[in-house]
Amino acid sequence: MTTLNDLKTPFKPNWCPGCGNLPLWAAFKNAAVEEGWDNTNTAIVAGIGCHGHIVNFTKLTSFEGLHGRPVPVAAGIKMANHRLNVFVFGGDGDQLGEGGNHFIHACRRNHDYTIVLHDNGLYALTTGQTSPATPHDFKTKSTPQGNPDYPFMPTTLAIAAGATFVARAFAGDIEQLKDLFIEANNHKGIAIIDVLQPCFTFNKEFTHEFFQKNTYYLGDDYDPTDKTAAFVKSQEFGLKSIPLGVFYKEDKPSYEGDLPQLKGAPLIEHSPVRKDLDELFKKYI
Amino acid sequence: MDVSKLPEGPNLCPVPLSLLAKKAGGGELLINTVALGAVTFHLGGDLEILKNLIKDEYGDKGEEVVVANHKAAELGFEFALENYPKVVSETLKPVDTMSSAVPRMVINGNEAAALGAIAGGVQFAAIYPMSPISNILHVLAKHQETYGYVYKQPEDEISAINMIMGASFAGARVMTATSGGGFALMSEGYGMAGIAELPIVIVEGQRGGPATGIPTWSSQGDLRFVLHAHQEDFPRIVLTPGDPEETFYMTMEAFNLAEKYQTPVVVLIDKNICENDKSINYLDISKYEVDRGNFTMEKVEDYKRYELAEDGISQRSIPGVGNFFIATSDEHDAIGYSNEEIQNRNDQMHKRMTKLETCAKRDMPEPELFGPKEADVTLISWGSNKGSLQHAVKEFDNVNFLHLAWANPFPVEKVKEVLESAKHPILFECNYTAHMGGIIRERTGIDIKDKFLKFDGRPIYVEEVIEKINSVLKGGKS
Repeated sequence: MTTLNDLKTPFKPNWCPGCGNLPLWAAFKNAAVEEGWDNTNTAIVAGIGCHGHIVNFTKLTSFEGLHGRPVPVAAGIKMANHRLNVFVFGGDGDQLGEGGNHFIHACRRNHDYTIVLHDNGLYALTTGQTSPATPHDFKTKSTPQGNPDYPFMPTTLAIAAGATFVARAFAGDIEQLKDLFIEANNHKGIAIIDVLQPCFTFNKEFTHEFFQKNTYYLGDDYDPTDKTAAFVKSQEFGLKSIPLGVFYKEDKPSYEGDLPQLKGAPLIEHSPVRKDLDELFKKYI
Repeated sequence: MDVSKLPEGPNLCPVPLSLLAKKAGGGELLINTVALGAVTFHLGGDLEILKNLIKDEYGDKGEEVVVANHKAAELGFEFALENYPKVVSETLKPVDTMSSAVPRMVINGNEAAALGAIAGGVQFAAIYPMSPISNILHVLAKHQETYGYVYKQPEDEISAINMIMGASFAGARVMTATSGGGFALMSEGYGMAGIAELPIVIVEGQRGGPATGIPTWSSQGDLRFVLHAHQEDFPRIVLTPGDPEETFYMTMEAFNLAEKYQTPVVVLIDKNICENDKSINYLDISKYEVDRGNFTMEKVEDYKRYELAEDGISQRSIPGVGNFFIATSDEHDAIGYSNEEIQNRNDQMHKRMTKLETCAKRDMPEPELFGPKEADVTLISWGSNKGSLQHAVKEFDNVNFLHLAWANPFPVEKVKEVLESAKHPILFECNYTAHMGGIIRERTGIDIKDKFLKFDGRPIYVEEVIEKINSVLKGGKS
């Protein structure tokens, strides 16, 4: 059993007061307590950005890698030990900018881990520049005249690239996000959660109030197995019309579940000692 | 072809290839087989063996093709026999395999690296295709189910090195392979593995650069690159085997070194090793023991992943066994928490860098010296030049050859000792700026003035080495 106290480290979060990372972190810890995620069954991977600090405040064995690169690290972990629950934390700069290539390939491969996209619409650790999720015309430090580029929707991209679980959440709704973390982890295969989160310091438009006013939950009448509908729904983003919830869900064997070498035991439990290779060497006589 | 422009020395045996090909009943396509027939005679080979090989190769193309090729080979062989009966060597003399207890193998460097990895206990490999190393991944992919490891083709080399770092963190023995261009993309991960102390093996098969360069030709121009790639300092072990056999044993050893010293190990080879077949002794793995170093998969009380240690080596563990730690690209304390304090930074840097000294003391062998201890000319080289230099040394009784198979850590004392007593050292390298020459000067203070450098992608040939040695021995221009 995991308690909140088990997840404590000697460090307190260094995120700004009001940062969307704080409720996201709380939701994750609540999910860990509910599901019993601890150091015998879970590993977390983070990139570089404000989100990456999470490893210092959450006592779960973790890998804080390079900017944009947590996704292939998670794939490596999962192939080596598929019994672990693996969570990737990455920002919109980390996952969609520097790591964009890894992100789309993660979507098509169906490795069994969860990508949590800390989506605050700009680069915050480097004090507020435009990101691939920044709206057109939006003013940031790198686009003082307004963003000349157009953003893409990470949820739409994920569905197009073949992800088998695609959801959007608002960091401020801790209870709903907690449930989503659990549902995503239980999904067999890749799960993407685009978490809309305010950056209190550098993004004065996407505030808590903005998301509270403009988001709504997909209702019971929404069918998350209809890919075409999901594709259309995932592109909705405007005043009073930002949908939250699971856009798309598909049952498919996970990458690890399909590998014959992993039937039985995880890779790391196979002995690396190979004493008899005559059958192999004789092919070269 | 202007025959008068050929260098003196070789035997010239002109053969009318087109004419004989036509006589064999085929067109220009058959001239290769005519030439093969002639060469088989000159090298002392058996025509029947060649004909059997032709049947094996072309059997599925139909009887007609086999007959034509047999005829072409016969005509080439007979022409050489009739016209140049004295020009014949023992190169292809049939070996009495029945009396030999241990068979020999034919293997190239890529196969050697792949087999070395399998023998070395690889559990996970992620390799993006690139000349000249692609065949490593072909071999690994083929045998993965039999030997229970996983080969994965990633989306790029950045992903390759990050995937193996993830698998290494989780406890697998891991490798990747690439050439210089791919290694450029891996540079970022290379240092990450250094600071997070993740054991990884990287096989780098050099080709001529920069950029796409001369992609199907060889080079030794990446030595400085693998020694210095990535910002700042971290311990990296760099091995430079000289042939497929050495590549097999060093790749196998690289997996132990990586885990013992918890840091990246580069096996630096080149196209001339990767893609050239060599006949070697049957590979012997009887003495090899998998050594995972200071590593535990059990729960340890008060576990500290990066605890300071005199030899620089802390106890490594994995996620999922109850030991909490953070593998991080940030400077970190003993647990792995980000830490930028002065004392901690100094301690952790020192701990990591100490591992190289420990490795030099515990695991680095002395470099091999071929030929007599006392010599008038001493050849110094590394990597794939080994074969030509070994061959050339045998042609003299007063020439020896120092083969450097470890570039980092570096065998300073032995190199110094050999060079201080060398009457006339000559450096042989396939790059423009004498990378190894520079390293020798940096580490020993000795500048080898006489350098034979080649950067056209072709190997250093035995004839070139012999000519160079002769020019020195005769007091000619060196």
